[in-house]
Amino acid sequence: MGAGNEKILPPVTALTEPYWAGCREQELRLQQCDACGQYQFYPRSICSHCGHNELTWRRVSGRGRVASFSVVRRPMSEAYPAPTVIALVDLAEGPRMMSSLADADPDSLAIGQAVAVDFAEWSEDIFMPVFRLVTEEKQP
Amino acid sequence: MADSLRGKLAIVGAFDTAVGVVPGKTPTELCVEAALGAMADAGIGRSQVDGLITCNAFAEPIMYHAEAVAEYLQIFPRYCFSVNTGGGTTFTVLHHAASAIATGMAEVIVISMADSLRSSMTREQAKRVQSSTGHPQFEQPYGITVPAYYALIAQAHMAEYGTTAEQFAEVAVSCRAHAAGNPTAQKREPITVDDVLASPLIADPLHLLDCSLVSDGGSAVVVTSAERARDCAQAPVYLLGVGEGHSHEHISQAQNLTTSGAVDSGRLAYEMAGLGPGDMDFAQLYDCFTPTVLVELEDLGFCDKGEGGAFLQTGATRPGGSLPVNTHGGMLSHCHPGNPGAMFALTESVWQLRGQAGERQLPKAEVGLVHGQGGIMSSHTSIILGREAA
Ligand SMILES: [Zn+2]
Repeated sequence: MGAGNEKILPPVTALTEPYWAGCREQELRLQQCDACGQYQFYPRSICSHCGHNELTWRRVSGRGRVASFSVVRRPMSEAYPAPTVIALVDLAEGPRMMSSLADADPDSLAIGQAVAVDFAEWSEDIFMPVFRLVTEEKQP
Repeated sequence: MADSLRGKLAIVGAFDTAVGVVPGKTPTELCVEAALGAMADAGIGRSQVDGLITCNAFAEPIMYHAEAVAEYLQIFPRYCFSVNTGGGTTFTVLHHAASAIATGMAEVIVISMADSLRSSMTREQAKRVQSSTGHPQFEQPYGITVPAYYALIAQAHMAEYGTTAEQFAEVAVSCRAHAAGNPTAQKREPITVDDVLASPLIADPLHLLDCSLVSDGGSAVVVTSAERARDCAQAPVYLLGVGEGHSHEHISQAQNLTTSGAVDSGRLAYEMAGLGPGDMDFAQLYDCFTPTVLVELEDLGFCDKGEGGAFLQTGATRPGGSLPVNTHGGMLSHCHPGNPGAMFALTESVWQLRGQAGERQLPKAEVGLVHGQGGIMSSHTSIILGREAA
């Protein structure tokens, strides 16, 4: 159980290291299945669509849309600012991931809004992918 | 096989400890007290118990939990384990117990659960341990709290079906109205929709009064075969149907945010019982947060998909309504000590079906549905109980 003033850092594994290495380089990387071509999130040893066990890490667009969101008014601990906007993001390549929305106005959020990835430096090793609202014309 | 467990298991004992704020008792002590109370209610002695099922306690985790409780009680079962499917645990273990009795693995099983989230943990510890349902790498680091996980479902339901915060609030108002008739409930003062909306926002759109309580407490039942039940002290309550549905663990992986595995668990339970939603005299629906109940009402077929809000606004779930829901007050108003939370819905159902619910006794209680879910709408079990075996 972490101390109240520290954020929860992701316990990186050998399999997920390429994801976090990508984040350090300001790139969102997903696994793409060598057999069926589908992307997946979170990273696994097998394809969640077809079960194939050969997957290749690819840089993806970092674009997506808000599938749902919540404004956290009572934070987990003092380490997290409040309010914080948590969102489920449907990435352009297909998978859905959880993230937070940086600098978002809690009162003007809506499901379906276009977002793009950004990275927040939490430690030397951990750059957390977060998302920012983008205007529609930038959405491919 | 769909009817293989119907009428074969009976609940013959039920007991709740004091609930709410119960300082000075460990979860193990509450678990033991509940077990002994349920055995006394059934007229079953320790030497007759050959099965024990528990769930671990957040405030006092024990590696071999059920074995430790058996040892404390000095019972020596041939069937003994603890289960953790979060809020679904209560009804999942009832399913296992029914199977064990039907296959002869045990004859008399005590199911006992307790925790002490209120008095034995800090608020921050309780928050952190409950939010550990999230993915350790890809969800938890964002600092998402349990109310916020459920808020993601609520927002999606609002966007998809036009559901409103007022409609979610109806669940809290209804549960509180039931709790007003229950002397053991932690919160009994009536509330209105306006009170819910005026309470502080916790995770939009959920307000404080949309969230369940944080409590201490323990609860237990004794189950046995339908044949053996005839010799017990109380009128048996029979299991008529049971089903489970497990659709995901992490909310980011749910295939559908607004329709849950309750569709599957409910269908299986109705099929086994040979009954439908319209046959239920009451329903005890898992109510960690108000949107959970709204989605369960839809997914268990009490109203059409997307109509949960309008259904609630008819007052159907309140005392005197066509489908009283959470007649003890639920986890929103009676108590919520974590994983054991749904046990109190089970003991309440037993008392309603026996006609022992006192001031809050329903005029007609022949058959009812109880539903639990754990994770973030992840792990669902539905049970149909009745006064008659078939
Ligand atoms: Zn594949």
